Amino acid sequence: MKTLLFERSLPRFAAARVASTFGSGRGAGVGPLRLVDAHAPALPGDGWHRVLPLLSGICGSDLATVDGRSSRYFEDLVSFPFVPGHEVVGTLESGGTGANGSPLAEGARVVLEPVLGCTARAIEPPCPACAVGQIGDCEHVAFGHLRPGLQTGFCADTGGGWSAAGLVAHASQLHRVPGGLRDEDAVTIEPVACAVHAVMSADIRDGDSVAVLGAGTLGLAVTASLAHLSASGRCAVPSSLAVGARYPHQQRLAVELGATEALSPGQLARAVRRRSRSLALGAPGIRAPKLTGGADVVFDCVGSADSINQSLAMVRPRGRVALVGMPGRVHVDLAPLWHREVALVGAYAYGTERIGGAAAPVRTFDLAMEVVAALGTGRLVSATYPLDRFEEAVAHAGSAGRRGAVKIAFDLRPAPGTVWKERPT
Amino acid sequence: MSPRPGFVLEVDRSTPPTLFWNGERYGLERLPEGARVVYAPEPLDKIDDPVAAIRHALEHPVGDSQPLSTLLRTGMRLTICFDDVSLPLPPMQAPDVRQLVIEEVLDMAAAAGVDDVMLIAALALHRRMTEAELRHALGNRVYDAFAPHGLLTQHDAEDPDNLVDLGQTDQGEEIEINKRAATSDLLVYVNINLVAMDGGHKSVATGLASYKSLRHHHNPGTMRHSKSFMDAPASELHTANWRMGRKIAESVKVFQIETTLNTDTFPSRFAFLQKREWEWSLRDRATFAASSAALDRTPERVARQILQSIKSPYAMRSVQAGEVEAVHALTTANVWEQQGVAVSGQTDILTMGLPYICPYNVNSIMNPILVACLGLGYFFNMYRGKPLVREGGVLVMRHPTPWDFHPAHHPSYIDFFEQVLPQTTDPVEMSKLYEESFATDPWYIHLYRTGHAYHGVHPFYMWYWCAHALEHLGRVIVVGGDPKAVRRLGFSPATTFDDALEMARDVVGPSPTLTHLHSPPLLMADVT
Repeated sequence: MKTLLFERSLPRFAAARVASTFGSGRGAGVGPLRLVDAHAPALPGDGWHRVLPLLSGICGSDLATVDGRSSRYFEDLVSFPFVPGHEVVGTLESGGTGANGSPLAEGARVVLEPVLGCTARAIEPPCPACAVGQIGDCEHVAFGHLRPGLQTGFCADTGGGWSAAGLVAHASQLHRVPGGLRDEDAVTIEPVACAVHAVMSADIRDGDSVAVLGAGTLGLAVTASLAHLSASGRCAVPSSLAVGARYPHQQRLAVELGATEALSPGQLARAVRRRSRSLALGAPGIRAPKLTGGADVVFDCVGSADSINQSLAMVRPRGRVALVGMPGRVHVDLAPLWHREVALVGAYAYGTERIGGAAAPVRTFDLAMEVVAALGTGRLVSATYPLDRFEEAVAHAGSAGRRGAVKIAFDLRPAPGTVWKERPT
Repeated sequence: MSPRPGFVLEVDRSTPPTLFWNGERYGLERLPEGARVVYAPEPLDKIDDPVAAIRHALEHPVGDSQPLSTLLRTGMRLTICFDDVSLPLPPMQAPDVRQLVIEEVLDMAAAAGVDDVMLIAALALHRRMTEAELRHALGNRVYDAFAPHGLLTQHDAEDPDNLVDLGQTDQGEEIEINKRAATSDLLVYVNINLVAMDGGHKSVATGLASYKSLRHHHNPGTMRHSKSFMDAPASELHTANWRMGRKIAESVKVFQIETTLNTDTFPSRFAFLQKREWEWSLRDRATFAASSAALDRTPERVARQILQSIKSPYAMRSVQAGEVEAVHALTTANVWEQQGVAVSGQTDILTMGLPYICPYNVNSIMNPILVACLGLGYFFNMYRGKPLVREGGVLVMRHPTPWDFHPAHHPSYIDFFEQVLPQTTDPVEMSKLYEESFATDPWYIHLYRTGHAYHGVHPFYMWYWCAHALEHLGRVIVVGGDPKAVRRLGFSPATTFDDALEMARDVVGPSPTLTHLHSPPLLMADVT
């Protein structure tokens, strides 16, 4: 069965890195990613199930991996060779149970919660994070009976979503997809869950001004999550939600999903300044004015040096910058962070969230499914490709914004079209 | 040969192509047969001895006013206010008439022993003038005598310590103006009346006012009911200013000095720009061909510098002084005498080429909002009686409309363009939703007070200036403009003039009448 396999090959890794300098996603053709014929991995133990992917998304971390641009920080947190693909909606090959213990019938549509925490790794007792449901912070993602891999899609033992042969998933990773959701909606649940977690952990308070920098999948998902969760009383209600989006279709989607305004990234700081009635340092025309005040919370959904610097320049003193986009090694001036006592915090993955004073936490994936159903985030899926056109698919994902797209996915459904299908975004 | 009056040409097969300004460029367009071209009157004769004319005006005031020399006395507090860099356009060759008038006033004040004299540039919410601009307007002698001692200032509409509340009009309009001017024993206002809209009570009631006061007449309602700005009796903007001016006159002694200029707009090397095309000499044709080709090949920034360096050979046509309304009646008559052109009937399509300069981009960039304001706010309003274009008609403007802003001069314009216009182009809606936040924004206020920025609310005023035209026109088409910028304004972009006419026919029908406003030089159409 067709499978995209990512192998450890330093020459190919170097070639991908060079190719990616000509554009994000260009590393697919020359790098360590190969289309092979493979079988599904063996079930690692009890409680594991085989999942046949229907749609599997290409996310920013996949792109960075394929292009050889991932941080070396992850070297010990992955195992080779692995099959990428962690944004997965698929069907169960045989019956089993899901994350909440409920039974799942053969052929049931499920979405994968890809973090490989203590439960999946059969580690007892679980680490402190997993013990309270914060599996994104699991301390054991490189340990246990599985080889290292912080998520499915980066672990040699589980397979991944970019395979027609399927992958293996622990019961704790499986969530039934509600009947009303299309495959396209379901494949966005995982990135939306990341966004939900970022929103729920950002310490937003009623009346705060919020800025979102970047309007790819994550930026739009953060926008949708904040809009829905605040409207439904699950989190505080901000006074404004301004989104910096480079392309017109991104700006339109941001407003559709709940932004109070969507502007070009260069304008975002100016809009934040005006809303916060802040002053600005430096000449009035400079591209990134340094604000004296600023937004209460900034979500950086890009993760580049420019975006981090820009976020630090437009957050208020003692404000919070949440890094949602995956950064690598970047050169950032931290003087404003120090001087303005800004909190720069990471926002990775998901687990459980506490809502208000409620005693019981809620699974992030459950909240994400609500957001997806309410706002129809399946509209973010702009194009799907068969696996054998992976080079085009990855290149499309790498230039999604420029090409009027948002989310690109592999289509592994039993009778996929013979050519990739592009949908109006 | 005496100067010829304005003229309406009917285009026929023998008519040569017509000059169209196009921002920092110009070119020729062939207008369809039967189209009309409205040409400005030729420059009327200048006053041979302007200084003598000024002295005469000061000593022979009109209306209920004493000669200036009798109003000046030892120990008095005298404030001389003058129009800012927005007048005239282009800036005139030295000496500027403001310099000539102010030197005479100062000579009289010195002779009378007045030693408490202050000069104030009447900026309203405009940007502060630079030293070079002040020196050009006032001359080095005046500048060097006053500026080093802090006696030459620029009105600061955001300085609460230097504003004074003069009460309200009977319509409840608050009057807050410059404290030094209002508390002086005599306020002398020195004006340049480039068009009929300028001067009169508007000089003090607008030029020396604060936002609190200006908002009563610089708003969509007032602007929509100003038909036109050039016809004070039909202008709600002027009616409001007159109410305020009369209220101000109850407590402030104003001696108004107004001047008018002829239409000698361009220096001799650019003389073809103010000639009728069929009268272009061989030299004119050569100069046009060479200069337009050179400008086409010149980077925009350099072309802007070249054209902004042009100093107009304007000459003073008249000077009148005394009581505000009596003075202004004479001034307006003089302006119409120089600029008025009788035009019979309205047109379906009005065309115009917009030049590189308007009142708010002297030594600066003509950003898209100013393009709209120049076309719809100013040129559209250059009429008395009826607009040149009929209701539901089409305005076709030629201008590159670059998505470009001067960051130091127009900071709030950038945000207005990026944050307000995408939400609404309706003057009423934007005034409700956004005006106050821009007007009271602390950063804009800081830049207005300490830099050279127009006030935060100014782009709104520029848009309100278009309100009457926006309501009147069926469509606005910009030829050769940046399509994205043009669409942001709510207008339609066209690549060529012919394309624009095709698009216009969709609105006004297949056989439209067309009139071209051949300006500058400035002209005002008396439409019957």
